[in-house]
Amino acid sequence: MRFVDEFRDADKAHALSAKITALCEPGRQYKLMEVCGGHTHTIYKHGLEDYLPEQITLVHGPGCPVCVIPMGRVDDAMALAAEPDVIMTSFGDMMRVPGSNGSFFDAKAQGTDIRMVYSPLDSLKIARKNPDKRVVFMAIGFETTAPSTAMTVLRAAAEGLDNFSIFCNHVTIVPAIKAILDSPDLRLDGFLGPGHVSTVIGCRPYEFIARDYGKPVVVAGFEPLDILQSIYMLMLQLSRGESTVENQYSRVVPWNGNTVALKAIGQTMELRPYFEWRGLGFISHSALKVREQYAKFDAELLFSVPGVRVADPKACQCGEVLKGVLKPWECKVFGTACTPETPIGTCMVSPEGACAAYYNYGRLTRHRVKEATTS
Amino acid sequence: MCLGIPGEVIEFVPDQPDLARVDVSGVRRVINIGLLADDPPKPGEWVLIHVGFALSKIDEAEAAAAMQFLEGIGQAYEDELAALAESRIE
Repeated sequence: MRFVDEFRDADKAHALSAKITALCEPGRQYKLMEVCGGHTHTIYKHGLEDYLPEQITLVHGPGCPVCVIPMGRVDDAMALAAEPDVIMTSFGDMMRVPGSNGSFFDAKAQGTDIRMVYSPLDSLKIARKNPDKRVVFMAIGFETTAPSTAMTVLRAAAEGLDNFSIFCNHVTIVPAIKAILDSPDLRLDGFLGPGHVSTVIGCRPYEFIARDYGKPVVVAGFEPLDILQSIYMLMLQLSRGESTVENQYSRVVPWNGNTVALKAIGQTMELRPYFEWRGLGFISHSALKVREQYAKFDAELLFSVPGVRVADPKACQCGEVLKGVLKPWECKVFGTACTPETPIGTCMVSPEGACAAYYNYGRLTRHRVKEATTS
Repeated sequence: MCLGIPGEVIEFVPDQPDLARVDVSGVRRVINIGLLADDPPKPGEWVLIHVGFALSKIDEAEAAAAMQFLEGIGQAYEDELAALAESRIE
């Protein structure tokens, strides 16, 4: 067993591991999906799969909001940045995402005014300080981040700013999970629910997974023991033929979520009828756009974007990795043509992407090397 | 981005009810606590911070655990802290 010394409580880890193994039905394979970048990190870094019996496979789902943005949308963002008098502002991990003609980082190097910001509020400040410029904020992220964008739009409205807008690419996690459940590619047995998204949306939105699809869901914390305990809770439900939603991360996640945050989102944004997700295609009601009442903060209305649908490069298998059908090392270009320094697809660009996480942590595991060389 | 980082509330910003100064690993910055309007944090309490907003309150033990997790992530956490250090929202 590896990593015993790195666990803060190795005995607990051993105990959980044994209990999990005891719950496995002989001859049955279990596939558990996690959708949160933080969970992927912990799993790879601590080699948690090595702690689990062979029968259990952990699959990483589309939990990286940068990774699921299709190339055409990146091109749209680049077009916005290229507009005269526009200052484009963006989170750091969006800077290197490649569109058809390079990334924000490339455009910035060629003189386009693109600035990295930590918070949408920094973007708002830039707008206040540059009244002669039009500031656009590249709004990405799941429900964890949408409230912050929403609050910023409300602030902009309260201050009467007329040179600030957002290019809204917020996506919602539940429709993506539903699309995967409906997909014939993958048979899953249970889900580890995302930790921080759930602080906003709470645990109720996952109830349909348990109720309609019969799969248990456990919202999990980020420590190795949190994940092992959550897996144990999933396996316990499976062994009893139960399917409910449980909150293992109750010390941080409130069952009903954050009402103020949900209200802010509801006030400023609404669901798009459909949105294209890299690898998953078009999913209905899976992304947010700015509400009509706040139209003056909607970059898509203030500017015209090309709106062209762009297919991924032929070599790129991000789609399958995002769906959990392929493991990162099973992608044909993983580690060769596609590395963090020379990424082809978003799974490698974003630190939250499955491929980046695996490249940085998992590759050196002997077990993985063995698997990669024999598969 | 997308990292929830723990920070200790140091003080409120005078005349700005939604803003508070926090300490994150020694970096002191102003963030927005408006999402916790139903139960605002007090100086000395810990919050989970995400892109300049406090998302929820956490206790000190959880903050320490989160810190350990983040330090384990390495570069992504350092980048997040560097980004926070550059942030000037007020």
